[in-house]
Amino acid sequence: MSTQKQHRFPWNHVIGFILSIALTLLAVFVAFQTDFSSNVVLWIIGSLAIFQALIQLFLFMHITEGKEGPVNVINMIYSVFLALVIVFGSIWVLTSGHAAM
Amino acid sequence: MSFDEILVTGDPLIFASQIAIGLTMIGLIALITYLKRWKWLWSEWFTTVDHKKIGIMYIISGVLMFFRGGVDGLLMKAQTSRPGLEVLDAQHYDEIFTTHGVIMILFMAMPLLIGVMNVVVPLQIGARDVAFPKLNALSFWLFFVGAMLFNVSFVLGGSPDAGWTSYFPLAGKEFTPGVGNNYYAIAIQIAGIGTLATGINFVVTILKMRAPGMTWMRMPMFTWTSFITSIIIVAAFPIFTIALLYMTFDRLFGTHFFTVASGGDPMLWLNLFWLWGHPEVYIVVLPAFGMFSEVIATFARKNLFGYKSMVVSVAGIAFLSMLVWVHHFYTMGNSAAVNSIFSLTTMMIAIPTGVKIFNWLFTLRKGRIEFSTSMLWALAFIPCFTIGGVTGVMLAMAAADYQYHNTMFLVAHFHYVLIPGVVFAVFAALYYWWPKMFGFKLNEKIGKWHFWLFVIGFNMTFMPMFFVGLDGMSRRLYTYSESTGWGAWLGFSAIGSLILAAGFAALCYNIYWSFRYAPRDVGSDPWHARTLEWMTASPAPHYNFAVVPEVEQRDDFWHKKKREETGLKKADLKPVHMPNNSWMPIFLASAIGLVGFFLVFEWFTLAIIASVGIVIGLIANSFDYDDGYHIPVDELEEEEREWRGDLK
Repeated sequence: MSTQKQHRFPWNHVIGFILSIALTLLAVFVAFQTDFSSNVVLWIIGSLAIFQALIQLFLFMHITEGKEGPVNVINMIYSVFLALVIVFGSIWVLTSGHAAM
Repeated sequence: MSFDEILVTGDPLIFASQIAIGLTMIGLIALITYLKRWKWLWSEWFTTVDHKKIGIMYIISGVLMFFRGGVDGLLMKAQTSRPGLEVLDAQHYDEIFTTHGVIMILFMAMPLLIGVMNVVVPLQIGARDVAFPKLNALSFWLFFVGAMLFNVSFVLGGSPDAGWTSYFPLAGKEFTPGVGNNYYAIAIQIAGIGTLATGINFVVTILKMRAPGMTWMRMPMFTWTSFITSIIIVAAFPIFTIALLYMTFDRLFGTHFFTVASGGDPMLWLNLFWLWGHPEVYIVVLPAFGMFSEVIATFARKNLFGYKSMVVSVAGIAFLSMLVWVHHFYTMGNSAAVNSIFSLTTMMIAIPTGVKIFNWLFTLRKGRIEFSTSMLWALAFIPCFTIGGVTGVMLAMAAADYQYHNTMFLVAHFHYVLIPGVVFAVFAALYYWWPKMFGFKLNEKIGKWHFWLFVIGFNMTFMPMFFVGLDGMSRRLYTYSESTGWGAWLGFSAIGSLILAAGFAALCYNIYWSFRYAPRDVGSDPWHARTLEWMTASPAPHYNFAVVPEVEQRDDFWHKKKREETGLKKADLKPVHMPNNSWMPIFLASAIGLVGFFLVFEWFTLAIIASVGIVIGLIANSFDYDDGYHIPVDELEEEEREWRGDLK
C-alpha cells in the first residue's frame, strides 16, 4: 500500500453521517409527534428507511467506485432478495392462520 | 438494583463457585506477577493483530467455555439421573439449561470455529494476514468481553433463565423481572457485533487477498466453506442484532415490540430469532464441513471427490438456510400453506447435505486411509451426523412435528447434529492443525483415548433421549416421577455424560502432555497434506510466507511437492509489509463491556459516563495513521534458513 495517500477531507462521510442522524430523528418525530394514521406513519418511515439505505450505499460503501462490477451486482441482488424474504416472509408468517391478530 | 445486592446469595453451589472464581483470579494474577509475564502478555497477546495469535486466543476461550457449558450439562444430567431428585431446584435448573445453550452455541462453537478459521484461512489462500487485522482483534475482544459478561451473570445479579431461545412473553420484564435476561440481551449483543465484524473481514479477505493464480475453483474446500459461512454471518447476524435491540428496549425502556400490551407481538421475537437462528446452525456447521473435507482428503491420500458439486452444495445450503426458519415454530398454529412451504424448503436442505456425505464417502473409496486421530473424528462424524440429519427430516414434516415439538426427541436431534457436526470437526481440526499453530503434534495415543471415550459417551448420553422423547418427555423438564418409566433411560444417559466428560478431560490432559513432552521436530508438513498452509514453517512465522506462492492448480502444494518446487530462492525475497500491534481493540472492547455491565443493572448514569470511553476510542482510532512496518530481507532470510537449511 502506498503511504502517499492524500488525506482529503471526507465530506461524503460527514454529509452521510449528518443525513443518517437527521433521517432517524425525522422518523422518530413522525412516529411520536404527528397525528397521521399508523398506516401513513408506516409508509413514511418505510420510505425514510429506503432513503437511509441508499445513503449508506453511496456515501459510505462506495458503490460507484472499484472494479468488481459483477461481484457488486450479485451482492445487491442477494441483499434485495434477503430483504424481501425477511420483510414479506415475516408479514406472511405472522398474519396467516391462527396467528393472525 | 443497588450495589450491595448484586452478589447472588443463598445457594451453596453458587457460593462455592464465587469462592472458586475469587481464588482463581487471585491465583492467576499472583502467578503472572511472579513469572513477570505481564509485559509479555500485553505486547505478545493482548495487543496483537496477528491472525494466528488471535485464532489461538479464540480457541483457548472456546475450550474454557466448553468446560463451563459442559459443567452445566453435567449438572442437568445429575439432576435428571433418577426420578424425583433435588440436586437443583426448578429455578436453578432453568438458569443452567439457559446458560448451557447460549454458551455452547455462541461462546463455545462459534469461537472454536472462528478460531480455526482465523489460523487457517489466511495461510490456505497464501495471504499474510486478514484484510483488516485491527478489526479482527476488535472482533476477538468483543466476543471475549461478551462471553465474560454472560459468564459472570450467575454470581453477579443472577443468570438468565428463559431458555437459550428466550421466547417472549416469558423473557419479558413482566414474567422475568430480574437482571438475568438483561445479561442475555446485552452480552450476546456485544459478542454478536464481534462476529459480524469477523464475517465482513473474512468475506473481504477471501475476495481480495488470495495468492496469485488461486481462482475460485482452486480454493481449498475449507476456504470455500469459510467464505460462504462469512456471507451467511453478514446476512443473518444483523437480524439478531435488531431483535436483541428490541428486547433490550422492551426490558430496559418499557417499549412493547414483543409484549401484547400496546400492540406488540411475542411471535415477532420467535420469527426474528429463528430468521437468525436457523442460518446460525449453518454458520457453525459449514466450516466444520470444510474441516472434514481437508482432513478426509489428506488422510485418504486422494483429492476431494466431486469438488464442484461440493461447492454448489455449500452455496445451495447457504441459500436455503435463509428460507426455512418457520420449521422451529410450526406449532404456533399457522396456516397449512405456511407450514407446507416451510416443510418443503426444510426437506430440500437434505439434498445438498446428502451430496456432501456421498462426496466424502467416495473420497474415502479406494483411498489409502491412515487412521490418525483427526481422521477418526471425521470417520465417526459421518454415521453420527447422518442420524442427526435423518431425524431432522422427521422433524421437518410439520404434521409429524406436532408430536415431536419440544420433546427430548428434538433435544437428541440437535445434539446429534451439533456435536458430530461442530465438536467432532473442531477436534479433528485441532489434531490436524495443531502442528501449524504450535510446532508439535498432539499425542496420538492419548488422542485415541479422547476419541473413544468421547464418541462412546456421546452416543450413550444422547441416544436414550430419542426414546424418552418419543415416549412424551418434554425438554427442559427438571424432574419426573417414577411411574413415567424414564428413570432407566435417563440414568443410562447420565452415566454416558460422565464418559463424555472423561473424553474431554483426556483432551485437556493431551494438551498438557504434548506441551511438555511431545517431540518438536515434526517438520513443516507432518501429515503429507495438500494445501498451501503446509508450505511454510510449523509453527507458521508471523509473516506467514516469505514469498507468496504462485498457484497453478487445485491442491497446488501437493503437486509442487511432487515436482520438488517447494524451495525458496533467495533472489525472490522482498521486504514484507506487516501491521503494527494496537491497544485500541482491547481498550474499545473493555469500554463497551463496561457500558454493557452498567446497562445490565440499568444504572444509566454510570453507563453514560462509561460510554465516554467508547467515544474516545473511536476518535483516537479515526486519527490513527499507523501504516505498519516492513520486515527487512535479512531478517526473512535468517528466519527461513532456520527451518529450510540453506536457500537456493
